[in-house]
Amino acid sequence: MGSGDQGGGELSQQTLWLLAVRDRRDREAFACLFDYYAPRLKGMLARSGMPSAATDDLVQDVLLTAWQKAHQFDPARAQASAWIYRIARNRQIDLIRRERRPLPDAVVPEDEDSEPDASQILALDQETGKLREALDRLTPEQRAMIEQAYLGDLTHTEIRQRTGLPLGTIKSRIRLGLERLRHELKELR
Amino acid sequence: MTPVPTNVCHHIPDDILQAYVTGSLPHVFSVVVASHVSLCDDCRAVVEAQEALGGAVLDGCEAEAADQNLKACTLALLDRPIRVAAPEARRSGIFPGPIMAELKGRPPKWKMLGGGIRQTILAAGAEGSVRLLYIPGGKAVPDHGHNGLELTLVLQGAFHDATGTFGPGDVQVASDDLDHAPIANMGEPCVCLAATDAPLRFRSLVPRLLQPIFRI
Repeated sequence: MGSGDQGGGELSQQTLWLLAVRDRRDREAFACLFDYYAPRLKGMLARSGMPSAATDDLVQDVLLTAWQKAHQFDPARAQASAWIYRIARNRQIDLIRRERRPLPDAVVPEDEDSEPDASQILALDQETGKLREALDRLTPEQRAMIEQAYLGDLTHTEIRQRTGLPLGTIKSRIRLGLERLRHELKELR
Repeated sequence: MTPVPTNVCHHIPDDILQAYVTGSLPHVFSVVVASHVSLCDDCRAVVEAQEALGGAVLDGCEAEAADQNLKACTLALLDRPIRVAAPEARRSGIFPGPIMAELKGRPPKWKMLGGGIRQTILAAGAEGSVRLLYIPGGKAVPDHGHNGLELTLVLQGAFHDATGTFGPGDVQVASDDLDHAPIANMGEPCVCLAATDAPLRFRSLVPRLLQPIFRI
């Protein structure tokens, strides 16, 4: 399954499974996604202070949402894990706050296809790979800090300010954002 | 349906975007962030990059064994008809989807505040409030006295103060230390979305007395 019809052998296995679900409603690929993400989502929800009785329901909810919304997945903008992370946070906030999390309007597809998709998908994958490497190079304490921010509970944090933003088309901007995040992680050291 | 392609020059700081992505931003500010991101590709890109980091952290997350029953149940539900959730609110005129969602898809019900200024409160609670403001050209933006953080997104027209001019898509980030007196630019009325973590102030006496009781 997921035999790389998107033109790359370098895409993450999870992204290939999600594409198989998106394009062919492939149940075997969905089962693989379940095996990969269910334990991680359980871990994430446990960390964020959700009672264990509620986590199974939410894990199921997140993965069924992924099955139903797979047509919205764009591998040139996100790897599978980033997309699943977003769904998990959305569902968690909807549940905790009992109100819909405000979500931005979808991007209007225009001048988005000036670059061939396969190269954009690979470029995003490579940039995300570098981000992961930067994450791996952090000290255990620094990594714990990042994990606490992204996986921790949903109580409100103190907000401070910073500025400076990248330019370009949306897809190349995401890659620039990833690059900048990577450098920020590097500067933590 | 094309989002307003404005020259956004006042963006949302990364820390606030990160708090939105990680889910720690209060609802009233999340409405402003999601609305601004609907209009600003720069901030959308930062949000999606932050989500990539979230995905990388999820990959490395300490796993907890999942129940085999859960897998079987989940696979059995794939054929279930897709839940018809409430349809996602769509952009309408100058209001992006996240604002229409707060308005439950209906046009705003403006309340007069005097001097031609109108407001519609979208949400108010212990964590703050978010509202739409309509200010005729040349009028001062009503002071809603911020004790904490305040985010103001311009949807139409413009306002200016000592810190600069804010046009459609721009966000002003104000905190305690900013003593600003924003004034709507001459010309078309300025419509903005303002969120604050300070409790709402009312002009008439009775609601002001009730305010501590109802925490609005």
